[in-house]
Amino acid sequence: MIYQGKQKIWSDYQKEIPDDHWFYVRSCIRQNFFPASEKYFLGICRDMLGKDIYETEHHTTCGGIAYHSDTIPQETAMTIVARQFALMTEAGYENLVASCITSFGNYTETLETWHEFPELEERIRENLWKACRREFKKPRYVAHASDLIYKFRGEIAARAKYQLVDRESGEPLRVVEHIGCHYSKMFPHKGVGGAEYPCVLSGMAEAWGGKVIDYPERRHCCGFGFRQYLVKANRGYSVSNTHKKFESMEPFHPDLIITNCPGCPYFLDRWQYVISEMTGKTYGENGYGIPVLTYEELAGLVLGIDPWDLGLQIHQVAVEPLLNKMGVPYDPETKYLGLDRKDIMKPGLPTFLKCC
Amino acid sequence: MIPFGFSLSPSSVTDLDKVDTRRYRELLRLEPGAATCIGCGSCSATCTSSAWTGMSVRKVILGLQRGRDVEVDAMLRGCMLCGKCTMVCPRGINTRNLILAAMRISKEDGK
Repeated sequence: MIYQGKQKIWSDYQKEIPDDHWFYVRSCIRQNFFPASEKYFLGICRDMLGKDIYETEHHTTCGGIAYHSDTIPQETAMTIVARQFALMTEAGYENLVASCITSFGNYTETLETWHEFPELEERIRENLWKACRREFKKPRYVAHASDLIYKFRGEIAARAKYQLVDRESGEPLRVVEHIGCHYSKMFPHKGVGGAEYPCVLSGMAEAWGGKVIDYPERRHCCGFGFRQYLVKANRGYSVSNTHKKFESMEPFHPDLIITNCPGCPYFLDRWQYVISEMTGKTYGENGYGIPVLTYEELAGLVLGIDPWDLGLQIHQVAVEPLLNKMGVPYDPETKYLGLDRKDIMKPGLPTFLKCC
Repeated sequence: MIPFGFSLSPSSVTDLDKVDTRRYRELLRLEPGAATCIGCGSCSATCTSSAWTGMSVRKVILGLQRGRDVEVDAMLRGCMLCGKCTMVCPRGINTRNLILAAMRISKEDGK
C-alpha cells in the first residue's frame, strides 16, 4: 500500500475532539473500584487545565451494565440514555464526555441506532416524555474521558513531575495498554486509531516517557464480558481469558498495565490474586503482580499526586514496585489511612501474591 | 486451594514457533490446493456428516496448520467421501483428494 493510502485510512480513524465545554457523566461502578479516578479527571481538566466540565447530581447509570447483562431491553437502555441527553440539554451543553467505556459504547450505539432507525428515536422521545416530561437535543459530540486526557497528554507531560522511566536504569518503563472492548470494537471510527490500532492509551504512555509493548493477545478481552462474570458458574471463562492475556504478556516483562474501562483494570488487577491462588504463579518481579492503573491514576502519578490520595492502596496488586521505579515518594505508614487519617484497615494477605 | 467455585480452562493459545507442521507440509505436497483455502466454511456448511461427527474440511486444514493431529484424525474418521464439499468449494480445491491425502498421512503415522 502506498504511503498516502495509509495516511488516508489512518485519518479516517482520528477524532477531532472539542477543546472545551463538556457535560460529564460518571460511571456507576468506577467509584467503588477506583475511588479517586473520576475526582482527579475533574481535577486535571477543571482545576489544572481550566476547562469547563459540568456534571449534575441528577444523572444516573446509563443502563449499559444491565443492557449488556441481558436484564433490560435496548429500548429501556435508550430511554435512560435519552434522559441523560435531556439533562445535558437542560444544562446548555452539546458535548458529552463519559467516564465509562460501556457508557461511551452505549451512547454511541444509541445514536447510531437512531441514525439508522429514525422511527425508533421518535418512540424513545415519546417514552421519555411519558416517563418524566423531558425533551432533549442529541449531543453534537460524544467522547470518552480518556479521549480528553489523550488530547491533553502534551499539557500533562509539560507539567509532569515524574516520568514513566526507570529511575535507576534510565530505561523507559514497559507499558501494557489495554483498551476496553466498547471503546472502538463496536464502532471503530469513534475511537482514536480505530479498533485494531487504538492509540488513545499508547499515546499517553509514550507522551509520558514509557514504551508500549506489543504482545500476541494485546487486543484480547480482559475477561469481564458481563455475563461471563456475573453468573458465578461462568467465571471460569472470565478468569481463563485473563490468564491467557497474562501468559501472553509475561515474556515481555511489563512494568505496568494502563486501562481505560471500569471492568478491565478491576479484572486484570483482582484476577491476578485468583490466578495466583489457583496456580501459585505471579506475573510481576519478586513475587509481586503487575500493577494495573486507570489512565487518570497514571496521569495523577505523573503529575505528582500522592499515590494514597489517588486510591492506589485499594488495588489488589501492590503498586510500590512501580512507585520505586518511577521514583514517586510514598509513606508506607499512611497507606491504609483514608480521608482525615481515618483507619480504613489493612487487608488480609494472599498466599502467593506479594502485596506489600 | 481456595474453593472459588470455578476454575481455569486450559489455554487455547497456539505457539506457532513450537507447532509440528510436518503433516501439513506433507499434505501440501500431495494436494497443493490446500494452500489456496480461504477458510470460508462452505465445505463445512454442506457436509452431510458434520452434524453427527464434527467433520469439517476447513477445520482439518486449520488443525493440521496448528499441529492438532488428534482432533484432525477424529474428524477424518467421520468423512463419507460424498464429495459435496468439492462441489461447493469457491477455490476449486479437490477436497476429496485432500481428505484422502490427510488420511494417508495419518495412516503412515500409525494413527
